[in-house]
Amino acid sequence: MAERTESGPVRLRRSPLAHLDEEMRGAAVTGARGVTLTEWPYITMVNVRVDPDTDAARRIEKTLGVPLPRECGETATGGAHTVSWLGPDEWLVLSRAEVGAVVPESVEALGEDPGSVVDVSANRTTLELRGPAARQVLEKGCPLDLHPRAFGPGRAVSTTVGPIAVLLWQVDDEPTYRLFPRASFADYLARWLIDAMSEYRAPEVA
Amino acid sequence: MLLISCPWCGPRDETEYHYGGQAHVPYPETPADLDDRQWAEYVFYRDNPKGLFAERWMHGTGCRRWFNVLRDTVSYEVLAAYRPDAPPPELPDTRAEHGRAAMAGGNR
Repeated sequence: MAERTESGPVRLRRSPLAHLDEEMRGAAVTGARGVTLTEWPYITMVNVRVDPDTDAARRIEKTLGVPLPRECGETATGGAHTVSWLGPDEWLVLSRAEVGAVVPESVEALGEDPGSVVDVSANRTTLELRGPAARQVLEKGCPLDLHPRAFGPGRAVSTTVGPIAVLLWQVDDEPTYRLFPRASFADYLARWLIDAMSEYRAPEVA
Repeated sequence: MLLISCPWCGPRDETEYHYGGQAHVPYPETPADLDDRQWAEYVFYRDNPKGLFAERWMHGTGCRRWFNVLRDTVSYEVLAAYRPDAPPPELPDTRAEHGRAAMAGGNR
């Protein structure tokens, strides 16, 4: 996550879900059917587009220290970066490093070759859905098969949750999912998830 | 709900895609020589076959790539999905005959 500094325009920024912070905390469910929802704002995100069969792609991989995954659903993690596959020539780099430490180096690695490296940190925000009931919450509105036989830790795909297009990344087995909706859709998605989580507060009806 | 296999992402629900109309409509070779009627036919006139139809789809919420699909317009069965730079796949049964006629505009 990017460092918060106390001066300049960074001081004035508000995350897309800052106004729902209290609602999200209040929606947390504990116990065997527990599930929590948290926003992780200001994560560094960089969109990379380059032909994967070129020297430029290999130079970018070397600069990031992470291979660019070649198949849908794959991610690659190394150092501060996780790279997610978005398309056959498109990737999203999620990073704990400052954006200034990722973009200029990668632009330099791309050089004059066709492609692009763009800071898209403000394009999406990050929602973390975690807990034993997290998969059931997502299954209410995600057309993808999220069962462990088909989806698991380290997998990330672009799909929909409810009517919202998101990048959905499963982080671990708890399960923990990270959802990356576009900033302007984040409010709706957070409210949708809070509503979907509410039934797990009550005991299961046999 | 159609289940369409994106050439890059695999099988996904129809709701993840956008429909793009008939595939394999070539841009006119000599656009400067076309009269209004020929332009209208290029821009607006499309086949509407009963049976096999090659059409364009775009995986909007996935990889955002265009590709082509062979679909039976009677049964809605999706028979094949292939990349836009690939020729339409040969289908083994009698549908192939029907398909060539459809793609040539035979059932307009």
